[in-house]
Amino acid sequence: MYGKPLPVVDQAGRPAATHQKDASFEFLTTRIDDLVGWARKFSLFPYPFVTACCAMEFMAVSGSQYDTDRFGAALPRFSPRQADLLMVVGTVTQKQAPVLLKVYEQMCEPKWVMAFGVCASTGGFYQNYASLPGIDRIIPVDIYVPGCPPRPEMVIDGIMRLQEKIANSRHPLINERV
Amino acid sequence: MATSTLFERIRQHVPSSEAEPAAPVRCAGVVHQVLVLELDAAALVSTVTRLKTEFGFDLFLDVTAVDWPSHPQRFEVVYHFYSTTDKVRIRLKTRVTEADPSVDSLTALYGSAGYMERECHDMYGISFRGNPDLRPILLYEGFVGYPLRKDYPKQQEQPLVPYRPPQSALVR
Repeated sequence: MYGKPLPVVDQAGRPAATHQKDASFEFLTTRIDDLVGWARKFSLFPYPFVTACCAMEFMAVSGSQYDTDRFGAALPRFSPRQADLLMVVGTVTQKQAPVLLKVYEQMCEPKWVMAFGVCASTGGFYQNYASLPGIDRIIPVDIYVPGCPPRPEMVIDGIMRLQEKIANSRHPLINERV
Repeated sequence: MATSTLFERIRQHVPSSEAEPAAPVRCAGVVHQVLVLELDAAALVSTVTRLKTEFGFDLFLDVTAVDWPSHPQRFEVVYHFYSTTDKVRIRLKTRVTEADPSVDSLTALYGSAGYMERECHDMYGISFRGNPDLRPILLYEGFVGYPLRKDYPKQQEQPLVPYRPPQSALVR
């Protein structure tokens, strides 16, 4: 039966008048970067690398009150291989730095990184033997959300700016030269 | 009140630090409802054994150290014990030198002392004779120095992952 159109009949069983296709919206043109960027910016799967007290704020902003799911960025993937947004939430110590680097390297391209909170952004008020002074010392960071902890509005603003960045960037496809 | 009676019983065995500053175990009074004993490092295990068996201090709370850089005996190792029957605490202070910062381990008396001695060894470099496992617990292998000593540079970092050169957020 596949591929063979069913006969369209009217109530009396006679062949019905065939549907006239309207040519005005058969196709539209766009650039592939815009299309892929549009698709990618609304399907951010975050990997929450949650280490410290900012986790509470992360839960609040993921919950129904602020609801980052409105931006397509709420479904956490607890495997870095399925995620494309690494959210580093909280202080990262020097001892954790190799773990963070490994998580980042395990993520598939395309991937983005958000530094959530001032400790992940710059080390914050920790400036000592134990803590990493900002995760950008070891991995590239796309968006910084400072604050101790950041307000949920700041996080949402950060997500929206990241979406803007994704939408406006190049999205080379497989085997395409950058 | 149980606090004072237990402390009085202990004080009967220990001279005060003003009266006999050279005694191996001295009592420095009650501070914040904690009885403070100062003792020589050699008298540590015997004193703690007695406190545990005779006076019922059955819970090992903590061991830490205090760094006094100008003092001839640079490190003060501080122990806290708790009696779950009398609900009181006792504090033991002993001094070690920078050249030989070692005291006897209490792991034979309190199993929980193992981890706390490891941490103290991490942070201050106090070595506990008899502790079978003094690997780093909060720090990592390869960390040089003892970060809570006063002469450790405050902002000295020892990164495990080499840092990237500083660059703009716009560069990936």
